[in-house]
Amino acid sequence: MNRRELLKMIALTTGTAMIGGKSLFAFSDAGQSDHPFSSQDVELLDELAETILPRTDTPGAKDAGVGEFMALFVSDCYTPSEREVFYFGLAQLEARSRAAYGRDFIALSGEQRLELITELDREAMAHAQQQARREQPTPAEALTAETQTAQNQTAETQSSQEHADSEEALPHYFTMMKQLTLFGFFTSEVGATEVLRYEAVPGRYDGCAPYNGEPAWAT
Amino acid sequence: MPDNHYDAIVVGSGISGGWAAKELTEKGLKVLLLERGRNIEHVKDYHNANKEAWDYPHRNEPTQEMIAKHPVLRRDYPLNEATMGMWADEQANPYVEEKRFDWFRGYHVGGRSLLWGRQSYRLSPMDFEANQREGIAIDWPIRYEDIAPWYDYVERFAGIAGTQEGLDVLPDGEFLPPIPLNCVEKDAAKRIKEAFGGQRHLIHSRVANITQPKPEQNRVDCQYRNKCWLGCPYGAYFSTQSATLPAAVATGNLTLRPFSIVSQVLYDKDRQRARGVEVIDAETHETHEYTADVVFLNASTFNTTWILMNSATDVWEGGLGSSSGELGHNVMDHHFRCGASGEVEGYLDKYYFGRRPAGFYIPRFRNVGDEERSYVRGFGYQGAASREGWDREIAELNIGADLKQALSQPGGWTIGMTGFGEMLPDHDNRISLDHSIRDKWGLPVLSINVELKQNEFDMRRDMVRDAVDLLEAAGVKNVKGDVGDYAPGMGIHEMGTARMGRDPKTSVLNSHNQVWDAPNVFVTDGACMTSSSCVNPSLTYMALTARAVDYAVEELKRGNLS
Repeated sequence: MNRRELLKMIALTTGTAMIGGKSLFAFSDAGQSDHPFSSQDVELLDELAETILPRTDTPGAKDAGVGEFMALFVSDCYTPSEREVFYFGLAQLEARSRAAYGRDFIALSGEQRLELITELDREAMAHAQQQARREQPTPAEALTAETQTAQNQTAETQSSQEHADSEEALPHYFTMMKQLTLFGFFTSEVGATEVLRYEAVPGRYDGCAPYNGEPAWAT
Repeated sequence: MPDNHYDAIVVGSGISGGWAAKELTEKGLKVLLLERGRNIEHVKDYHNANKEAWDYPHRNEPTQEMIAKHPVLRRDYPLNEATMGMWADEQANPYVEEKRFDWFRGYHVGGRSLLWGRQSYRLSPMDFEANQREGIAIDWPIRYEDIAPWYDYVERFAGIAGTQEGLDVLPDGEFLPPIPLNCVEKDAAKRIKEAFGGQRHLIHSRVANITQPKPEQNRVDCQYRNKCWLGCPYGAYFSTQSATLPAAVATGNLTLRPFSIVSQVLYDKDRQRARGVEVIDAETHETHEYTADVVFLNASTFNTTWILMNSATDVWEGGLGSSSGELGHNVMDHHFRCGASGEVEGYLDKYYFGRRPAGFYIPRFRNVGDEERSYVRGFGYQGAASREGWDREIAELNIGADLKQALSQPGGWTIGMTGFGEMLPDHDNRISLDHSIRDKWGLPVLSINVELKQNEFDMRRDMVRDAVDLLEAAGVKNVKGDVGDYAPGMGIHEMGTARMGRDPKTSVLNSHNQVWDAPNVFVTDGACMTSSSCVNPSLTYMALTARAVDYAVEELKRGNLS
């Protein structure tokens, strides 16, 4: 690892770069740490996350407090337009649940939850793949583009480009929910130490250690 | 002797300033070390050193508030919760971007020595000769032989892990045992060597992380946590705090003054010497004068140049060193984010233990010997192989217990690398003072006008193409070339704005890093670089600093600096 590897964007299983953190456009009314989500919202997020990463013989999303984490992350790290998508998604989740089963998500059976979430996941993946096709220039295209633009690039054009990019590339709401579930779970202490493996002070490096099916390193 | 007089003043406490302070104090000089930012005490002030992702509210990701406060830092990876407070306050310290320039600054004791990438390579004989051979800019006033013993000297003290490779393009040094390659990287090295007839090499990166303890420096060897950026409680990587500052303090000759912004070198035009510096206290805004026989400017490339531009303006409108017409010109960085990555089949019965603060390095192979590409100079690659983690794509598993189970196991191996390319010195790439905008202390700010030129753009095509070729030769599957966002400055290797040379008409510094117009002022940070090579520059600043101090002290004894 060198420091440049820190750059590797989190693709997660969603086919989309990590939303939030690396999204680039700033706004002014940020910074509240008391998130505006209600306790019902957090409970709904917890149940949603638990459907994606359930407790088995190891802890699941609820054990790791993923719902609370999602609420905080969306409030503090998402842009206003990303938050809009997320809020819309929460409402959509309930609307889709009622339309399909005549009940709130929280009242669905485990099977129904899995069915609905699987459906949303499929839609979100299709959305992400469509975006990826549109957005990915080949290396040759990127090299040509940088010779044309870099020489005249000012901080202002950079800033407006960032803005345009972040507005255009808004993901499906379920992509956000799934990303935050995975991110929130595997970077939690529970996820990292009880589901993955964690060694605070390795003390040595072995680059050719035998592997026999143990959990992956958390970090 | 008045209270405010010292034998020597060092401005800046980062990598080169720390070295200047150590060498000067060890030679018996009473030294004042000035730092514009706050103090950070070794170990005691490394508040995040033992934290993990779950110890940060947002798991180390930036919030919108952080993004709003850091309009420059947000452009790249340094903006995270773990290193908050380790980067300059952008509101208090503005600068002007005539063209986009990502300037990542560390304003605190230790400077960017606490945050650096620790990759430590020597410039080669070819690097010191290239400008003259190709008729670009001006000739370096020194050759590899002049600096080689000083590389030895600083490597022994700093502690560089690496291997002897016997390559002309990347001279060997005084190394501690290397940080190991993993099995995938070792096999890739073998295949690359075979495929390119021994002309291209994948080697251990050379890093300033010690792999054996240095008890005489109170430093423990690397514990493989890969948390260097948080400040290492073991002192396992070289920083001002872990290495040079304690050595300087131990002499009893050092006075460290944080919160001290140097606003100018005080110039005595009758003697044609500096008599000291003017300091603005960052907290009280009071102005102080400190005098000394010799001044070392190590404030980081652009800030050292800023100080020169703001000094002796009654004699030279453009400041001390501007008589050359080159002060502030010839800005260089290393351009990067051109590389490739791919998937490695097999090795599923292999994993690793521990987290390396290093990876592999592929030294320059272009335009070596008789080869002539459409561009001059070259590039090296830094990279690593690893197994994928929970953040990988598993197409067939989307939801539920099976997904959790699959993501809790390591994925397949991947390998990737990015090139670091040499940037040519160009007179038009320059910084200047903008008096219409002032910082928090009422001082004029820097205006930056830097862009890549055709040589760099041509090189970048090879940087992608060759990365793909190398990985394919190593047997890597599904290799993808990669071009990421790069703007000048992002390499965090600013260089060249007060270059060394042989002629005061075309250079700011002579062969011993003395300002031609004030021989008791030395500049030994990145500002002094006459060309940039393609290797990470910090080790060269260390060597040039130790060399310049040795010369300065001899000159002081001979009475040539007063």
